[in-house]
Amino acid sequence: MRRVVITGTGMVSPLGCGTEITWSRLLEGRSGAARVTAFEVEDLPAKIACSIPLGDGSDGTYNADQWMEPKEQRKVDPFIVYAVAAADMALADAGWHPKTDEDQTATGVLIGSGIGGLEGIVEGGYTLRDKGPRRISPFFIPGRLINLASGHVSIKHKLRGPNHSVVTACSTGAHAIGDASRLIALGDADVMVAGGAESPICRIALAGFAACKALSTARNDDPTAASRPYDRDRDGFVMGEGAGVVVLEELEHAKARGAKIYAEVVGYGLSGDAFHITAPSEDGDGAYRCMTMALKRAGISASDVDYINAHGTSTMADTIELGAVERLVGDAAPRISMSSTKSAIGHLLGAAGAVEAIFAALAIRDNIAPPTLNLDNPDVETAIDLVPHKARKREINVALSNSFGFGGTNASLVLKRYA
Amino acid sequence: MSDIAERVKKIVIDHLGVDAEKVSEGASFIDDLGADSLDTVELVMAFEEEFGVEIPDDAADSILTVGDAVKFIEKAQA
Repeated sequence: MRRVVITGTGMVSPLGCGTEITWSRLLEGRSGAARVTAFEVEDLPAKIACSIPLGDGSDGTYNADQWMEPKEQRKVDPFIVYAVAAADMALADAGWHPKTDEDQTATGVLIGSGIGGLEGIVEGGYTLRDKGPRRISPFFIPGRLINLASGHVSIKHKLRGPNHSVVTACSTGAHAIGDASRLIALGDADVMVAGGAESPICRIALAGFAACKALSTARNDDPTAASRPYDRDRDGFVMGEGAGVVVLEELEHAKARGAKIYAEVVGYGLSGDAFHITAPSEDGDGAYRCMTMALKRAGISASDVDYINAHGTSTMADTIELGAVERLVGDAAPRISMSSTKSAIGHLLGAAGAVEAIFAALAIRDNIAPPTLNLDNPDVETAIDLVPHKARKREINVALSNSFGFGGTNASLVLKRYA
Repeated sequence: MSDIAERVKKIVIDHLGVDAEKVSEGASFIDDLGADSLDTVELVMAFEEEFGVEIPDDAADSILTVGDAVKFIEKAQA
């Protein structure tokens, strides 16, 4: 199969608009969590979230008008605008702006979302109930559909190759990058714009995830301490929002045009828990098989993994993932660093796997493991370095990124330094 | 310009994001103001909402310009 490398990245995250600003703030140990002020939260169990910093576009703020005309924004849910913004940044970073028919048809898009336009569906429901079917906008459907993130990116940049999307809850972003890499490896495209986007910070999503007992509700008055993966006092995840998009490229194609290469995508694993709709099985079997498959594809031994960007949501499942990793790496545990960046940016659901894969690529580029914030008292003893509180400089040549979703859907990506 | 015409013009400017001076009586939504077929459906819905009139589908198909909309609404409200 053909080799695939990452040649561009873009993101909109709770730490800022842009890959580098997010990365530098992440390494500084900053948290994106705060009390929600955009809408009423008094009656919600979880009143905090990691929201994107809004502004005029300066100092890492996100200004939607820079990425999509206001009249077009009105027709779509925010996850689509986030995706367009992240894709614009990734393509600019890669320096890939296909103009010829050949280049345009060789470039595809595969951006997913876990839930899609939830808020717009709620509003549409109110309109239908209060005003009747004649008042449902012609943009109601195309503004909500998950694959319209890929659609808008394709239309804006005239990318006429494979146009696809993924919907696998919190594994979406990782599956998108993995599947897109496969399309390149198999020769169906030379370049893929891939990732995930999510805009779930709204009343119905906060209510719904709280009902699943998935959200942190104990630290509404101390938001930055709420996301605390592996800590014994964790009580659920903090909702995040945003998008992560990478430009994936066939190695020779990237080399021929002198593109900068972040890392090579060498492994991709997928598995199903076949256990429960929201909980992983206690033995972490799904996670273990998923990581094993990814490493096998990569031809890399578990003992050669340097850094793991964990799924680590700050829920009870953290220790199940940790157990699966311990089983995977065995005696190599002491040489492995594993952190959860959700401690800083919250859980971006369908965007999480994409944003975290970018962090894994940057960990390789800069030889540094981003920290797990708020890890004051580890819930279990482990020989693995969980990178508490502070980023750790260390050699990182191989990084693994895990994503596990509701429904028992798992994805692992293995990235390797390109040399 | 009549009150109806002013209100129609404002809706067109808001929905299509076009400059006010482009929104003349004879301006075609699709040919002159950059609308697509979905935009025109939404425009007709906005006219219905603003003026409390019902614009049946076959009538909507014949509303192609700003002037067409104004004429239809004036007649419907007469």
